[in-house]
This record gives sequence, structure tokens and C-alpha cells, in this order.
Amino acid sequence: MKKYAYYPGCTLGSTGVEYGLSTLEVCKKLGIEMWEIPDYNCCGSSSAHLVNPYLALGLSARNMAIAEEAGLDVAIPCAACYSHSKAAELAVKESPEKRAIIEDIIGRTYKGESKAKSILEVLAESLDLEELKAQVVHPLKGLKVVTYYGCLLTRPKKIACDDAEDPIMMDNILAALGAEILPWSAKTECCGASHTASEPGVGIGMTDKILLAAQKSGADCVATACPMCMGNLDMRQVQAAKMFNHNYNIPIYYFTELLGLALGIDSKKMGCDRHFVPAMELLQKYEKGGEQ
Amino acid sequence: MTLNELQQQGAMATETLEKLSQVEARKCYQCGKCSAGCPVAEYMDIMPRQVMRLVQLGLTDEALKSKAIWLCATCDTCSTRCPRNVDIAHEMETLRILAKRKGIVGEKDIDKFHNVFLDMVKKFGRVYEVGLIVGRNVTTGKLFRDVNYGLPYLSKRKVHLLPEKVKAKDEINRIFAKAEEYALKELKEAENK
Ligand code: SF4
Ligand code: SF4
Repeated sequence: MKKYAYYPGCTLGSTGVEYGLSTLEVCKKLGIEMWEIPDYNCCGSSSAHLVNPYLALGLSARNMAIAEEAGLDVAIPCAACYSHSKAAELAVKESPEKRAIIEDIIGRTYKGESKAKSILEVLAESLDLEELKAQVVHPLKGLKVVTYYGCLLTRPKKIACDDAEDPIMMDNILAALGAEILPWSAKTECCGASHTASEPGVGIGMTDKILLAAQKSGADCVATACPMCMGNLDMRQVQAAKMFNHNYNIPIYYFTELLGLALGIDSKKMGCDRHFVPAMELLQKYEKGGEQ
Repeated sequence: MTLNELQQQGAMATETLEKLSQVEARKCYQCGKCSAGCPVAEYMDIMPRQVMRLVQLGLTDEALKSKAIWLCATCDTCSTRCPRNVDIAHEMETLRILAKRKGIVGEKDIDKFHNVFLDMVKKFGRVYEVGLIVGRNVTTGKLFRDVNYGLPYLSKRKVHLLPEKVKAKDEINRIFAKAEEYALKELKEAENK
């Protein structure tokens, strides 16, 4: 059985609760053990690196160091947490001097042996797609999906776990479940991140462009792997529609929710009833047997 | 001040910046690909390409005063696509950090948002969204902005009402204090070279 240190960050127990629940349920089903990093701290998210790079490195390095002590790589669902944790891992490996500084900041040893991995990467690596097909209980046949990767899993190159312009990890997994993956223009666009809260005039505009592209693609829903992207596309959908006079009703799912659904995990158990844009109807259609 | 002095001063500013960011601005040949792909460009006062030009010319102070460096979402599209491998996103980030240290804040609401966020991390070791929404609104004076969105999160049982706290408070304090020490040391070294 594969075992990882699990880093939920600040969102997976709260605003991104469905992501946390669905990740843990899916991993349990697939025999991947998750050990939550004890007393983990915030990675600094989209703020620390804009104020002091050493702060961003230090905050992430502490969590990584705890995982390293336990001898485990770290599985990270949140794309922002992943990106910052990966940056800390690469920084300690960059030079002995850099490592010494980071270790001094955190007051712990961290050699970079414990690696930061996005949950998308963990699942893409450990799943044999043919075996996965055989495990499907509710095929997603007929479900038209656009996959949305955003920035933090795809850029910059040294940190990215997938291609910068045309990432495919999520596509492959969802296609194996029977979903139809549609091409679209906003696969790796930026959702506006924290701008939707701090500078709505800018941030909601960025989010709206992605929603509009999703709508034009003809997809039934959007799949994402980031709680920040989810917050913007799901919670802010009403606000974007209002601000730009658009008419949206596009359910947004974490890819782990769709994976869990196909594997026969109860959608309520994964928290799918806690979305802002109603998300249950579409899921229940597949739970009841999908398109005939 | 003579033009010569001005240029000398400019060259110094460019060098300080390069020391800090490790970005070789001079490699930029002004093709504009960074601006073309930037999702925030339409809201910026000057384009990412222009920021790079100002830096090349040693007009760092002009770049520091721009709103662009605050509006940059660090999405890394520009750096990923630059044909000259210039890390524009990191240059933007470094300029913003320098601007903040000098007290030049081009976008006050954005700055306050991040301050409230980090204050919370410092205090609790973690972030909780209710505190973020309330704290941000109090400091920006926009008390009811986003209440519409904070409440739905509550209604979906998606926020902790009380902050979760990291037990190892001393470790968090150490990280904040030491990180500041190293940042100041680096800044001083860059300025003195
Ligand atoms: S893409 Fe690179 S070379 Fe082109 S203008 Fe931007 S920084 Fe300069
Ligand atoms: S990193 Fe900043 S400047 Fe570069 S494309 Fe993204 S928002 Fe624009």
C-alpha cells in the first residue's frame, strides 16, 4: 500500500471541504494511505511570497520537514499549497547555502528528500488507466467536461507537474471514467486568485472570461484541481454573471469528486451537496446509472 | 543633478534589483509576448513589457510607482512564454516587495488584503476565512463588501467559526522573525554592492 503525508492546508477543512473529503475517500478506495501532517501550518498561500520570499519558503519548509522526519513524500490537493511546498523543496536542493538558511529559519532539518506532489500527480502516477476502467461503477458516459488546470499546477516549468500549455493528467483520468473531454481556450488561464476578494473589478473579470469560455465550449461542467479556482468559478459565478450580464449555470467539480462518483462513492459523503452552483442533479443522474 | 549622475544612479538601481531578483532584464528584446498573454494586462497602467523596459533603462523608481506590479497575479504566463527566458513574473514580485519596503503602495486594497492574511498566519499559524473577510473589510473600510459571500460559506458549513491554531506557536514566531532577518540582510547587501 502506498503511503503519503497529507497536507490539507487551510482550505480543505473549510471552504474547500469537498476537495478534502473526496480526496480522502478516493484514496481510501484506491488503497493509498494518507497520514495528515501533525500540527501543520499555513503555507503562506498567495500572500507570503509577495512580501518576503524567505517567509514563503520557511512556512512551507516546516511542513515538508515534518513529513521528511516521517520518511514520506507529501500529497497536496491545493494547487497553491503544492506550488509553494514544491518551491521550498527545490530551494533546499538548490545549494547548501540556501538549505542552511532555510533550516535556520525553521529550526529543523530539511534536506529535500521528502518531495512535494500534487494530488493530481499522485493519482496520475499511481493509477493504471486500464485497471481504473475496470473499477468504474458508474461510468461518466455522455458527460461533457472541460478540464481547468489554472496556473499553479502548470507554471513555472521547474515547479509544474504537467505541461504549461496543454496539460493532460486530469483529461486522462476523467476520459478513463468515460467522460468526454472537450477542447476549450481557458485550460491554463489564471482565475484571478485572491484578486476576486481584494480587487473584484479585476478578479471577477478574469473569472468571468473562464466561465464564458466554458459555456461556449458546450460542456456540462468544469473539472478543477484547485480550491482557489473552485472558489472563484463556483462561489463567484453569481457575482460574475451579475457584473457582466451573463447567464450561467455551470456546475464546477473537483476532479476527485468525479473520480469518486465513478468509483461508486456516495456523492454526499464527498460533500458534493455543499457547492454554490447546484451540483447534485448532474451527479445523481450518473449515480442512478447515467445516460442509457 | 546632471544626466551623468542620473544615469549612474539608474545603473545602481538596476544592479540592486538584479542582485535581488537574479533576473537579467537586459536580455529582454521588447517583443511584447509577455504583455500579449498577460490576463491582467487590460487592467494595468503600464504593460509587463514596459515594466521590463523601465528596468532596463534604470528607471526603477518609475516601475516601483506603477500599479502593474500590484495587479500582477503571479500567474507566470509571461515567464513561461518569454522567448528570452526572462522571469518577468519574478521581477514584478521583486519590484513589489521593494516598493512595499519603501512605502510605495500602488494598490492599497490589495496590500491590505495580504497584510490581514499574513497577520492571521502570524497569530494562529493558519488562516480562517471569516477572520479574513471581516479583518480585510475593517482595514479597507469597506465593511459590507463580500459579506454576501462570507455568509453563503457559513450557510454551507464551509468555514470554521473560530480559528484553528498551530500548537507550535514558537516555531511560527521563529519563522516570521528569522525570515525578516534574512530579507533585510539580503536587501542591505544588494544595496551596498
Ligand atoms: S516576452 Fe520577454 S523578451 Fe518579450 S518583451 Fe516580454 S520580457 Fe521582453
Ligand atoms: S505573472 Fe503577472 S505580469 Fe506575468 S502574465 Fe501573469 S499577471 Fe501578467
